[in-house]
Amino acid sequence: MILIGERINGMFSDVKNAIAQKDKKVIQDLAKKQTEAGAAYLDVNVGTAAADQQAAMQWLVETIQETCKTPLCLDSQKPDVVKAGLKVVNAENGLILNSSPLNKKTDEEILDKYIEMAQQAGPKSSIIALTMDKNGVPQDIDTRVAIAAEVVQKAMEKGFDTQRLLIDPIALPVKVPNAQVQPGNILAAMDQIRYLADPPPHITVGLSNISQGAAERSLINRVFLAIAVSHGLDSAIADVLDENLMNILATAEMLMNKQIYSDSFLKVYTAAGKA
Amino acid sequence: MQVPEVTEGFTGSVNRVTLGATKEAGGTRSSTVTVGGARNVVYGGSGDDAGEKPVIAMDVLDIRPDNWPEPLAGPYKDVLGNPAAWAKKCVEELGAELICLKFDGIHPDQGDKDANHAVQTTKDVLQAVGVPLVLWGCGNDEKDNQVMPKVSEAAKGENCLIGTVTEDNYKALTAVAIADGHNLITEAPLDINIAKQVNILVSDMGFPLERIVTFQATGALGYGIEYAYSIQERQRLAALGGDKMMAMPAICDVGYESWRAKEAKLADAPGWGDVGDRGPMWEAATAICLLQAGADIIRMRHPRAVATVKNFINQIWQGSTKTK
Repeated sequence: MILIGERINGMFSDVKNAIAQKDKKVIQDLAKKQTEAGAAYLDVNVGTAAADQQAAMQWLVETIQETCKTPLCLDSQKPDVVKAGLKVVNAENGLILNSSPLNKKTDEEILDKYIEMAQQAGPKSSIIALTMDKNGVPQDIDTRVAIAAEVVQKAMEKGFDTQRLLIDPIALPVKVPNAQVQPGNILAAMDQIRYLADPPPHITVGLSNISQGAAERSLINRVFLAIAVSHGLDSAIADVLDENLMNILATAEMLMNKQIYSDSFLKVYTAAGKA
Repeated sequence: MQVPEVTEGFTGSVNRVTLGATKEAGGTRSSTVTVGGARNVVYGGSGDDAGEKPVIAMDVLDIRPDNWPEPLAGPYKDVLGNPAAWAKKCVEELGAELICLKFDGIHPDQGDKDANHAVQTTKDVLQAVGVPLVLWGCGNDEKDNQVMPKVSEAAKGENCLIGTVTEDNYKALTAVAIADGHNLITEAPLDINIAKQVNILVSDMGFPLERIVTFQATGALGYGIEYAYSIQERQRLAALGGDKMMAMPAICDVGYESWRAKEAKLADAPGWGDVGDRGPMWEAATAICLLQAGADIIRMRHPRAVATVKNFINQIWQGSTKTK
């Protein structure tokens, strides 16, 4: 499981305030804690409040890398903000660019831009591609898979290894009216996305989205993660500081024979993440 | 039609472990041995992916073995019962790069010799040869816990490979191996789940994963080799898949297991061919099979079997990083 820690995001008030006040300690603590909990990557998202998003991205990247070697996941829908982060990021141990739709009404070439940025950033750089296009987020299974297929095809055309692709079928909040069919649709789409290439692209999801606004958020996140692992999910942007979530993930991966069982299978899961 | 080039890559690799410490590294060894490093299955990928060449550790026993059949005892008849001379013969005449000093004699049922005997034997062998040593207890937990810490101390700084520790008995030897700077053999009874668990337990004590060699237990040809083969294979695939708790090089005990087989030693067996050939063939066939599954160190006994397997290793690992 490629775990991406979600906490360094300007949508959280502690991070938002830290960006505004240039308080490095808050950010560096979050980087350390998430790394120790088993995050393989740290998501970096400036949020919407920052006045100068490019400058805020650079400050976050530099601040994290002063004290932490964990690879980063530069998270913005705006290529310019990602590009600003790329200027200062160390991609030696890995990097993820997060994220691009297949295309946009305002920018037909946006996926090409993300692929090119990843190619320039080095051989260990990946991108997260959303199953979303200029018509927005599809509600049904087939359109999700069709968009994923176009993403895979575009990557192949550009000589971008499909193992450097993380396809995100987009988890939508289950509480939204008439959205309860969506988790099932996402899982069905995952079943098919796995077969789009050999070796298959990775499949990731912004886990906490699914419980947005709902009661029992952690429980919803944990159960969906366990089910999704059985449908081929092998990456997630998630709250790695939720110990129960991590234990459920370790158990799900063990039950699906992704990890060899040992009596200490819970303990080793985070230890392996740290290594 | 052109055959497509298949370059399947793996994310993980087998750890590299170096045995032996030269003068510069604080020991007295004249050579060292490095194993591991594979980034693919045996025969898989390019030559670079093969990692280090596997190594044969030649067995030297601390006491004169009383149950070795003539075809095996014959080549060593001048040195049996004299571990230092035995080790010297293995290195100087038979080209051994690694010696496995096996303390059968400390076992309560095989002489019950004390720690002084084991310590003296260790010192004698260290003095007699310059190659690195594997130091292997007798398998009786109580006696091993009494004697092996003293053996470890006697070889302090020599960067030996010492063992074995098991799920139920790991604390004493793990602690002294840390203190004396040795590498450690973790043993499991042909059970991948327990194998992983032992590695976790010793690493919890602060023992570095990069200094562990695993022993999954060995079955000889005709006596469970398929279990040993599949578990070695599974260990290699887990390592390549990035499982840090299973990324260690592996050691197999081929000499002892092969020579237990009646096919290897039964003299009165018309139609089975010459008993003098059968044993070495049995041992070599077992070793070669396990090397193909991914074993990195093979404990062996008969000189002809050793020569055959060495020849095999040199041919198959021609492209590997350390081929001389």
